[in-house]
Amino acid sequence: MLALAVGTYALRLTGPALHGRVEIPVRVRELLAGAAVVLLVALLATGALTAGGGSAGWARPVGVLVGGVLAWRRAPFAVVVLGAAATTAGLRAMGVG
Amino acid sequence: MRSLLRTPQVRDPALFRDISLVCAAGGVVGVSFGAISVAGGLPVWVPVVMSLVVYAGAAQFSAVGILLAGGGPFAAAATGLLLNTRNAAFSLAVADLLGPGRAARFVGAHLVTDETVAFALAQSDPVRRRVAFWVSGLGMFAVWNVCVLAGALAGTALGDTATYGLDAAFPAVLAALVLPALRESPPVRRAALLGAAIALATTPVTPTGVPVLLALAGLVVWRASPEGKGAADGRVS
Repeated sequence: MLALAVGTYALRLTGPALHGRVEIPVRVRELLAGAAVVLLVALLATGALTAGGGSAGWARPVGVLVGGVLAWRRAPFAVVVLGAAATTAGLRAMGVG
Repeated sequence: MRSLLRTPQVRDPALFRDISLVCAAGGVVGVSFGAISVAGGLPVWVPVVMSLVVYAGAAQFSAVGILLAGGGPFAAAATGLLLNTRNAAFSLAVADLLGPGRAARFVGAHLVTDETVAFALAQSDPVRRRVAFWVSGLGMFAVWNVCVLAGALAGTALGDTATYGLDAAFPAVLAALVLPALRESPPVRRAALLGAAIALATTPVTPTGVPVLLALAGLVVWRASPEGKGAADGRVS
């Protein structure tokens, strides 16, 4: 646990530690912001569709899809989150895995 | 730090409401983390201390999952670290938001999570980004740890949290937070789509945590905006 804690903190410190010591060119900073979005979208895709290396079934992806459509239509944040959770919970209550 | 949170320009009830909602959802996940750990046979202090010092939901779940499955502490730590490798990239992306002070940087680094980075990057200007990062970071940290403690003490009373559909809430949160960046910037959109496809394709054949890192290969289709603006003036594009 200690190794995990120290290692995680070291990874998180990378940015602040480098900041101010190395002059980061504009291009690289743009790339880093782009990289963060790419990572978040990959998390979103794998989190929506997979569980433990396999498929996550139907209930979760459909819930996320409902949330995504609501977000695309610029629905309030609360509606997006509750819509996704309620859809998935509802599908599971009906026996959809 | 305190003065940052009182920055007068940022009185955005909608932002604070969104953050509260994500904190609340995170709290339920925290309760289930505490409950699952204790129900699986770990002593109460393990999930509680782990939440304080590791503070990374997915890594904590996978580490406890491996511990409970008899995978041993080494495998648990290695998997958790692999999962958290993305935080190095995230911390680079938010480094200039943490503030100039040494203390702010050391504290801020610990608060770097998927949600805080997404909240920060979804804001339109540097002041709002900084406020979003700190408010969501401190809020999530407090709620997460209190809820893990509550879950650990309550044990298994909550039942299976999948019933509530919370596993769908988190990807939906990420979708809502990255959509503005995706709408605004076609290069980032292309890179993100390619990256997500790579991550999905490699999920069945690589260890947990690796697919998301492989998604960075999607950046091969990324090009800097010709005028050299974007991230530099505080936007995600």
